[in-house]
Amino acid sequence: MVAAIKRPGWIRGGVGALAAAAFGFGLVIALRAISGLPLYQTEQTGYPHVVVPLVLAPLGFLAGFGCFDYWLRWAAGMPTIPDDHSQHGAKSWRDYFRFNTDHKVIGIQYICTTFFFFFVGGLMAMLIRAELAQPGTQIVDAAQYNSLFSTHAVLMIFVFVIPVFAGIANYVLPLMIGAPDMAFPRLNALSFWMLPLAGLLFIGSFLAPGGAFDAGWTGYAPLSTGAPLGQSFFNLGVQFAGASSIATALNFLVTIITMRAPGMTFWRMPLLVWANLSTSLLVVAATPFIAGAQFMVLFDRILHTNFFQFAAGGDVISYQHIFWFYSHPAVYIMMLPGFGIISEVISTHARKPIFGYRLMALALIGIVVLSYSVWAHHMFVAGMFSWLRVPMMITTLLIAVPTGIKIFSWLGTLYFGKIHTYSTAMLFALAFIVTFTIGGISGVMLGMVPIDIHVSDTYFIVAHIHFVLFGGSVFTIFAGIYHWFPKMTGRMYDERLGRVHFWGTLVCTWGTFIPMHWIGMDGMPRRVADYAAQFGDWNLLISCFAFGLGAVQLVFLYNMIVSWRFGPRAEANPWRAKSIEWLVSSPPPIFNFDEIPRVVGGPYEFGVPGARHAIMAGEGAEVPAAEPSVVGST
Amino acid sequence: MYGRLPIAKMLAATVALTAAISAVMLSINWDGQEASTAAPKIDDLLNVMIVLSSLVFSLVLVMLFYALWKFKAKPGDESDGEPIHGNTRLEVAWTLIPTIIVLFGGGYSWKVLNEIEEPVKGALTVDVFSQQYAWSFGYPENGGRWSQGELHVPLDRQVQFKMHSQDVIHSFWVPEWRIKKDNVPGITTTATVTPDRLGAFQLICTELCGFGHASMRAKVVVEPPAKFEEWASGLKERIPQPLKESIKQDTETNPVQLGAGGA
Repeated sequence: MVAAIKRPGWIRGGVGALAAAAFGFGLVIALRAISGLPLYQTEQTGYPHVVVPLVLAPLGFLAGFGCFDYWLRWAAGMPTIPDDHSQHGAKSWRDYFRFNTDHKVIGIQYICTTFFFFFVGGLMAMLIRAELAQPGTQIVDAAQYNSLFSTHAVLMIFVFVIPVFAGIANYVLPLMIGAPDMAFPRLNALSFWMLPLAGLLFIGSFLAPGGAFDAGWTGYAPLSTGAPLGQSFFNLGVQFAGASSIATALNFLVTIITMRAPGMTFWRMPLLVWANLSTSLLVVAATPFIAGAQFMVLFDRILHTNFFQFAAGGDVISYQHIFWFYSHPAVYIMMLPGFGIISEVISTHARKPIFGYRLMALALIGIVVLSYSVWAHHMFVAGMFSWLRVPMMITTLLIAVPTGIKIFSWLGTLYFGKIHTYSTAMLFALAFIVTFTIGGISGVMLGMVPIDIHVSDTYFIVAHIHFVLFGGSVFTIFAGIYHWFPKMTGRMYDERLGRVHFWGTLVCTWGTFIPMHWIGMDGMPRRVADYAAQFGDWNLLISCFAFGLGAVQLVFLYNMIVSWRFGPRAEANPWRAKSIEWLVSSPPPIFNFDEIPRVVGGPYEFGVPGARHAIMAGEGAEVPAAEPSVVGST
Repeated sequence: MYGRLPIAKMLAATVALTAAISAVMLSINWDGQEASTAAPKIDDLLNVMIVLSSLVFSLVLVMLFYALWKFKAKPGDESDGEPIHGNTRLEVAWTLIPTIIVLFGGGYSWKVLNEIEEPVKGALTVDVFSQQYAWSFGYPENGGRWSQGELHVPLDRQVQFKMHSQDVIHSFWVPEWRIKKDNVPGITTTATVTPDRLGAFQLICTELCGFGHASMRAKVVVEPPAKFEEWASGLKERIPQPLKESIKQDTETNPVQLGAGGA
């Protein structure tokens, strides 16, 4: 027993969490007793004896779990072994449930955890659609409804879409650039373990008196500063999710900049690497803003500061500026890694080099730069300075240009290729192009101030955001999962079930989200549990498609689980792709490469005679003299 | 290389598809009834954007399905496609043409925005008070009379709504007017509307404001000026003191134009 408490792991983690929570609770009670205050403060926004333990318990868990052991030993001058790989790699399923420094293990930990939250968030979407199937009250009351759509959005954004991309990139990216691991493996493991804690805080808010946070995922002040205790769970959960993303982004930046295999110049990086480089630039600079915004709300709530308390001179609208300064770039944080996935999948399955590779990379950088200058298009009717609207409209419309470049370049890649559609990954990639175009078009319309004045905060917005985040991001996530499933698991998935999942998802996505445009323009506001009877039929139809969309995800789940266990063995390179991760076995060896690969050409040299992207050291004799020239550009 | 493609046929297909999609889309009245001078302008902008969007969408569909039809690999064909890495002229084209389209849309939107917000002399000022979960309206030009839950305005006269929230953010939306503006506690926000259709409409709160958000509605009546004056002078109550104070306490930060004199 004592040994179990001493050893890093779940038991010590649990003890750490309990000890930290007890310490926090005791500290609050003691300080209040000394100050002569009532021991418990249970006004709806207060509860310091809950909030302080909520801050400390996750930290206690992380410390107990072993996330800081190495660094603490080093800082304390105790002996450490720099090349200690005892925490690296997975030999049994148990190794996925502990502090593990192998990027491949961490990638799978990320993906499984985030998909767990995807299904929880999806279940909430089902409840939302059940409530909205008819006008009036069906299964939840208005307050519970507000909690449901708020947690649905928060789970999907903060603990599904953003981190699942970090998970896919965690697995694939070091392999793709020929690196043995990420630059900071221990930091990488810490980043992952903060994530389930954020998710638990979000879900745990349902247990708080007053229910889960209910001010929307946007948490606008002053609704959020006056909301019940659940809002504090949101404020804190965002800190853990945000810290996790910032640390991962730093890790990606250092890995991409310093750990590329010899010969991999910037212009030889696969577009997935470019995409994660761009995304990481966004994350490190933007995420601190949402962390700050949520801290300010938390301080307003429990310390009675006056950031957003209008009665005490606070500025209500400044919350929105700070929030959207993160949350608009966040839209691209949720999209750029997907762009990278689509480029890999389309090039591979069309057997064609990416059309206009350099412009594709530059378009990503263009989006990064522009995305910092468009945030106020979320605030055209918010009562901000009216002169800010037109400049923000122009930048918003211009960001469609680099996005359009990507769409047309993917289409250009298909021409004169040999398009194979047997892979579910390719089906999702092709459908993504069309579905995302719809989301892009409605985005351009929303960018225009006069149209936005009419449709903002209506179901048109709900339709747009889901076309971009479901028809966009989630389609790319499915494409990525199917594409690298053989590499990650060493097994092939069932393409027949994949096609069922694809067609069901495609049809139900359109069926669910297309009619939302119409009812929004016609007068149905968003975030309402009840609505005018005239929208009843459309909502019933939407709900039916939504249930279909939910059900068909179970096919995906079944396919993944069963194929992982029983699927036929995958070869090293089932898709005959060119990038480096396909040069090693499926799944790759524990340290990725027995010999360091050398990059000798571009990443997509399909059809170029004799061209190679990378070679292993032993193959030196066959190295082509120079990078193959660009052929056939007419 | 791309000269081998039937460019003319593909363009013809794109134009035909654009025409078909636009015809269907334009035949539907998306935004519902028009009841203000701003509404037809916004709807025209929307329709122009629908046509341009149909063009982009049709182009994507034609390009995609032609490629899938023409360049699909035969079963068992394991060869690679042609090693084409790009085409500078095409890349310049699909950078410049969308830029021109969106800048045109931006300029057009700017024009519409200026038109619908152009203040005119003799506008009626109405104070809008919002709180969880009710609307009320003050008429400073009618001796500060006050109406709860029912907004009356005269036909064909510009109305300047001065909005004051008492607690959290609410948003003022009359879909038939196409006008929306948040009511922000602590500041006054303004919306400009010229109603040009008689009738009763609904004012809808569109900013999440708590559990009563969905039911936070008010009745809007647009009536002839004489009838409006009769209704307003018949109101018994005056704007209550706390609401009056909220007008004074508000700092009017919006919509000060940049360079328009400052404080």
